[in-house]
Amino acid sequence: MAPYQAPLRDMQFVLRELAGLDEISKLPGFEEAAGVADPVLEEAASFAAGVLDPINQSGDKEGCTWRDGVVSTPKGFREAYAQFARAGWIGLAVPPEHGGQGLPALLSGATLEMWNAANVGFANGPLLNQGAIEAIELTGSDDQKKQFIPKLVSGEWTGTMCLTEPQAGSDLAQVRTKAVLDGDRYRISGQKIFITFGEHDMAANIIHLVLARLPDAPQGTKGISMFIVPKFLIGPGGELGERNDVQCAGIEHKLGLNANPTCTLNYGEHGGATGYLIGKPNEGLKNMFIMMNAARFSVGVQGLAIADRAYQSALRYAKERVQSRDIASRSPEPRPIIEHPDVRRMLMTMKAQLEAMRALAYVTAASLDLSAKHPDAAVRQANRAFLELMIPVVKGWCTETAVEICSTALQVFGGIGYVEETGIAQQYRDVRITTIYEGTTGIQALDLVGRKIAQDMGATAKTVISQMRKDAEGPIGPDLAKALASLSETSDWIGMTAMGDLHAAVACSVPYLRLWGITAGGWQMARAAKIAQEKIAAGDAEAEFYKAKLATAKFYAAHILSQTASLAREVIDGSADVMTLSQAQFDLDRKGAIA
Amino acid sequence: MKIVVTVKLVPDPNAVRRIDPATKRLVRAGVETALNPFDEYAIEAALQLKERLGAETTVTIFTMAPESMKESLRKALAMGADDAVMLSDPALEGSDVSVTSYAMAQALKKTGFDLILSGALSDDGNTGGVPGALAEYLGVPGLTNVRKIEEIGDGRIKAQRETDSGYQVVSGPLPALVTVTMAVGEPRYASLKGIMGAKKKTISTLSAADCGIDRLVGSDGAKMEVVSIAAPKAREKARVVEAEDGAAGAQAILDFLRERKLV
Repeated sequence: MAPYQAPLRDMQFVLRELAGLDEISKLPGFEEAAGVADPVLEEAASFAAGVLDPINQSGDKEGCTWRDGVVSTPKGFREAYAQFARAGWIGLAVPPEHGGQGLPALLSGATLEMWNAANVGFANGPLLNQGAIEAIELTGSDDQKKQFIPKLVSGEWTGTMCLTEPQAGSDLAQVRTKAVLDGDRYRISGQKIFITFGEHDMAANIIHLVLARLPDAPQGTKGISMFIVPKFLIGPGGELGERNDVQCAGIEHKLGLNANPTCTLNYGEHGGATGYLIGKPNEGLKNMFIMMNAARFSVGVQGLAIADRAYQSALRYAKERVQSRDIASRSPEPRPIIEHPDVRRMLMTMKAQLEAMRALAYVTAASLDLSAKHPDAAVRQANRAFLELMIPVVKGWCTETAVEICSTALQVFGGIGYVEETGIAQQYRDVRITTIYEGTTGIQALDLVGRKIAQDMGATAKTVISQMRKDAEGPIGPDLAKALASLSETSDWIGMTAMGDLHAAVACSVPYLRLWGITAGGWQMARAAKIAQEKIAAGDAEAEFYKAKLATAKFYAAHILSQTASLAREVIDGSADVMTLSQAQFDLDRKGAIA
Repeated sequence: MKIVVTVKLVPDPNAVRRIDPATKRLVRAGVETALNPFDEYAIEAALQLKERLGAETTVTIFTMAPESMKESLRKALAMGADDAVMLSDPALEGSDVSVTSYAMAQALKKTGFDLILSGALSDDGNTGGVPGALAEYLGVPGLTNVRKIEEIGDGRIKAQRETDSGYQVVSGPLPALVTVTMAVGEPRYASLKGIMGAKKKTISTLSAADCGIDRLVGSDGAKMEVVSIAAPKAREKARVVEAEDGAAGAQAILDFLRERKLV
């Protein structure tokens, strides 16, 4: 497997020229970010390549082991985690008052891409710490913040998010885990499944954030509360005490992400696990969703990261692998396959999509910073609305496209790509979870249509579309304008249809989300193309980089942005056909199934 | 204890290198500047000593380079060095080993030191000549190829020198100059806190005049002249042996080795 090399030049282009890093570094509270972006990115790149990448393939191969409730991570993971924590990377975007460095989410997004590209199995761990830190910061009491956040930032302890139960997956209203008041604490009992890093050997303690129901809680989503359940109870002086009543009953055997344990956790088999209510009773799900935004964004970046890794491998292989003569040449000499047009088309497709995904993801991260720190309340509000709208798009579109890219990358390898040794098979397996966890693509699409667009009657969507229209200029401006017409037409149709037939309105919400993703990605490519054209005209020293950027944007316009027209037809003309068959009609093609 | 680590700022070792036939020098335009990788081991050795000896020990990074390359020193500061000093003067451009060593010695006499740590050679010039000449100009013992500093203090240093067959234990009085090998330990990654702190650390600059450099320096003072440059001979295309079976293959390889008188 070829070593990971972070795409630092493209990252810097996106950060500075599209996402406005320099402006964000001037926001109050981000002053420290000025002048450190480059060294932070460079050090993260070398850490990712030097520490995380070398244990990526071995970690996948070895996997985790479970024995009597104890989980061991693959060789080298403990040491790498200790090094990662010691270097302070977990606290990059955490406010200084909690022991972090308070850097922008934009910069954090770029480092996140590197960790996940180098070793997604590893990177899920620190990601969960960030989730737990954010949850406690947003909803915890002062004492809880003091007790838990510093240790999660330093990495001495890790965090988990315990939501899923066997009967409660996408539908968390079905959560059954119980919490009963017992003095100044709660007794938690029930079973949680699919808990990433729910048990492991990398840190001294694990802080579980658990969704459970109080005895008098109302039915459904408004009856769920959140609890902190530490693996080891914490004494008055902060020392680790008694083992809590939470046990890992086993770990899953998965398609990918073999390097991290996916645990079944049993709470309260011996009288009830000690838990502490965090936030108000019955507001657990609402609070969990606040941090879910960040988690969903992160998974979108995970998709981008794994796909970029796969693309890098495919590119390298295409330059090395010699096979078949040049179709336009008389020489029988076999050529590196990168010279063959179809291989080139695959490489260009991946490159163009990755650049669009990176740009959209980072611009979305920038809106998080602007929504938090901009002095003007109206700007904060506008960015908050943009962020909310884009989260399901970044999550859904980046991960779905990432799955396609990993598949294409494997295709470039041909037969040897199907063999595990090359490593490309690992990316193909690892990336597959990203369209599923933190809400499937279907859930993202419902969130986009049913919540993000419907909640303000499409006002934010309209604002964003008109913003994109203003940027529809430069070399691929006309292509973007056409895509925007398709997006507007489809959005109007969904709005109208939702008033009459809700099934039809959401039947093609996934293609609609894709339409959003491709168009918004094209928006960023149009901005990039315009900048590139200006730089080339001005005789920029890095003209080759900008020429490549421009050519890639044109490729994106012709090959990807052009898909928006057919997506619009799919949604508008095709939604009615989705629910036509009866369930029995699905069985008619198999004779024996006819009742 | 005052430790000074001498570093060279070299063109990015991962970038493609080109030599300008007119100047016979490495082309630096369009190539990022980086710390000479061998010097990172010297920084690592210095930081290990600082951890061992405690807070009163300071680590200063020293380089002779154009002031425009100043920011490339931040990485060393992010790793944990306390401050940095640059000897920057247009007059120094084109200095060879001898002149460089003289100029550095003048500057280091000015900054003062108990111990100088250096990498064994530079990634670009590859002469490995500066540390020895520098020790000579400074009039201090030069301990080369050190893999481990066993003891340091009370005006003496005791260290293990790598040799072809093992190692020697040598000792000498301080101040001294030590060049280190990669055996001192992999250079550490900078911590995020270190990176954030590095931008506030001082990088001061000395000119030739500040250091009392009164001899002819730069290309005018150089004693060495690059007469010509040539690319190494391209490696011949590998010969692929195709054989019926393993035994025939082994025989073919043996014949080849015998033909070359290698066995």
